[in-house]
Amino acid sequence: MTVAVCMDTCCRAKGAEGVWSALEAARRQLAEEVAEVELKQTAAHGLCERGPLVMIQPGDIFYLNVQEEDVPEIVRETILGGRVVESLLYEDPETGKKATSSDEIPFYAKQHRIVLRHNGVIDPTSIDDYVAAHGYEALAKALTEMTPEEVIAEVHLAGLRGRGGGGFPTARKWRSCREAAGEPKYVICNGDEGDPGAFMDRSIMEGNPHAVIEGIIIGAYAIGAHEGFIYVRNEYPLAVARMREAIEAARGHGLLGPDILGSGFSFDLRINRGGGAFVCGESTALMASLEGRVGEPREKYVHTVEAGLHDKPTCLNNVETWANVPEIISRGGEWFASIGTEGSKGTKVFSLVGNVRNTGLVEVPMGMTLREIVYDIGGGVADGKALKAMQTGGPSGGCIPASLLDSPVDFDRLSELGSMMGSGGLIVMDEDTCMVNVARYFVEFLQEESCGKCTACREGVAQMSHILNRICNGDGREGDVELLLDLCDIAESTALCALGRTAPNPVRSTIKHFGEEYHEHIREKHCPARECRGLFRYEILAEQCTGCGRCLKECPEEAITGERKQPHVIEQAKCVQCGACFEACRFSAIAKV
Amino acid sequence: MTTDTATPDLSTAVEAAVEAYAGDPGFLIPMLQDLQADLGYVPAEAARHMADLLHVPLSQLYSVATFYKSLSLVPRGKHLITVCLGTVCYLKGAKEVAARIESQLEVGPRMTTKDGLFTFEPVNCLGMCGLAPVMVIDDDHFTEVRPGQVPDILARYSGKEN
Repeated sequence: MTVAVCMDTCCRAKGAEGVWSALEAARRQLAEEVAEVELKQTAAHGLCERGPLVMIQPGDIFYLNVQEEDVPEIVRETILGGRVVESLLYEDPETGKKATSSDEIPFYAKQHRIVLRHNGVIDPTSIDDYVAAHGYEALAKALTEMTPEEVIAEVHLAGLRGRGGGGFPTARKWRSCREAAGEPKYVICNGDEGDPGAFMDRSIMEGNPHAVIEGIIIGAYAIGAHEGFIYVRNEYPLAVARMREAIEAARGHGLLGPDILGSGFSFDLRINRGGGAFVCGESTALMASLEGRVGEPREKYVHTVEAGLHDKPTCLNNVETWANVPEIISRGGEWFASIGTEGSKGTKVFSLVGNVRNTGLVEVPMGMTLREIVYDIGGGVADGKALKAMQTGGPSGGCIPASLLDSPVDFDRLSELGSMMGSGGLIVMDEDTCMVNVARYFVEFLQEESCGKCTACREGVAQMSHILNRICNGDGREGDVELLLDLCDIAESTALCALGRTAPNPVRSTIKHFGEEYHEHIREKHCPARECRGLFRYEILAEQCTGCGRCLKECPEEAITGERKQPHVIEQAKCVQCGACFEACRFSAIAKV
Repeated sequence: MTTDTATPDLSTAVEAAVEAYAGDPGFLIPMLQDLQADLGYVPAEAARHMADLLHVPLSQLYSVATFYKSLSLVPRGKHLITVCLGTVCYLKGAKEVAARIESQLEVGPRMTTKDGLFTFEPVNCLGMCGLAPVMVIDDDHFTEVRPGQVPDILARYSGKEN
């Protein structure tokens, strides 16, 4: 019997370590009664919100929200008794039906897992576990049966495009780098997943680090590189630890270092932590950072595949791109290309987050509609609210309105909609989200993260932020929207790097699809989502109010008056819209108007 | 040269950090991070010593240390409070959580309390969006935090001092 505990960052935060120690203690006690109970750790299974997750084989039993105090019951019922603990199973919110295995849960049933196929299954700290799951077979195949050109041809046939945001054809990048003059050549894995609301790469690095390493070695072989770097965000300590252990293990097994698998090909890999700068996700800024310098991007009229790190030919791909490579080599480019759409092959991993019922990590074939992702997999909007928009592509992406729910998701379609694939964050926003405020959030974020090298980004994005702030504060002026669009044009056409050039996306897409919200803020000084403080009022509904006095006690401004058991009233002149009364009321008697 | 201004302890820490990456200046950022993990921040004399060892200008160390948010040139508090201000945390009220911390501790972003107990550091995203809003103190995670819980959470760490 195998008992697997998901031990990634999220499950740990919810108490997975306590569950693990309790299970370990129980296993020691049980050693005589039960012949074999293997306890193993896995990571990033997917349903992050419902952790800690425990998976038990045989029986394919999937327990959610497991706490330390549940362990005695799991031991007594499942491990010793062979019975399922009903209360720990997934329950369908509509039908109330319980699901024993993860396959029965709609969240998992509609996914197509290639990159995540081992997540939650193998132990990321054990290279043997990865090898047992056919790990490093693709590497052996590439090194012993294929020439570097054949490897590139296979990736070309697969139609793999970069998963970091740009969607550039991977094989073309590899070929350019291979053909570029200059030695040595470098490969880089970009694990600087800076987009807020995105954690796909963290999950891959925590859950299946060897797939990333295997992909990088295969790529290095194809390109002719002997040295590589993995650049991981400093905010991901567990991912750094997992990658570091995995590199050591791979080196110990002769999969990194000189003469890999007796092929004569040598390659080694080092890990480098970022310093908390969003702009370092941009390839030239990342390379500057790897040279020990400030992460400022440079013009790219000379491509990094020709002159990148230390001015040498450099091939940079994102974590998910590298993790796709071993399966492409094992199963063939044709197989991979059979999944997805005309222009976007394979699958894409998304972090499905925001106000959605099932939050977590999902991998779907390219071309699946937003509706299928948000409703069939995500279970729809939480708390019975109406869907307003889906935000993709991180701060440089855009907001797609609910009316375009049936759009298929691939690189080209998302760009047409004024958003972008980005690295794969998909944030669900409901009716209570103010779209002007969303634009302000992203623009403020980008302003803060702008490196300051070029004027269009340093000054232009700052002006956008200034104008958006004034609109949200009720000081918007006629003509502000037009001014914003002018600034968007300038940033888009003149900024040095993608950070500045795509900074207009959140502004443009919200103006395009939610223009009336901007006008209501500017002309009527009213926030239709009732989110921007000062642009709506709190009022007590006399017919709902029981006169309990809770709101009166909570109000810091003494703006609420009323006799006990009589409807209370808010004195608007005194109210500062802090929302304390709204939070305190148990009778839904306070409305935002 | 100013190498002699570094005290023996600082010198040892700097040399260990440089040694760990075989003196490769490309690893300047991880070296500074290791140094900071060791000493709590990057003291000026340590930076000078490192610049000498790596043969890079001190100005480069200074620009790097001020550009990357994870590095600090001033001493930091005993406990590091991190609040995620990623999109989902923001939408679910992280800004109010941050505001409560700032007003209670009388600090701004990336500042340390007068008693040296806490440093407050908002970050862009911890990638734990399913558990938003997320707040981390040292290695302890707090999930789905409401502003009202802030005083209780902070009390656990101020109490440890007594």
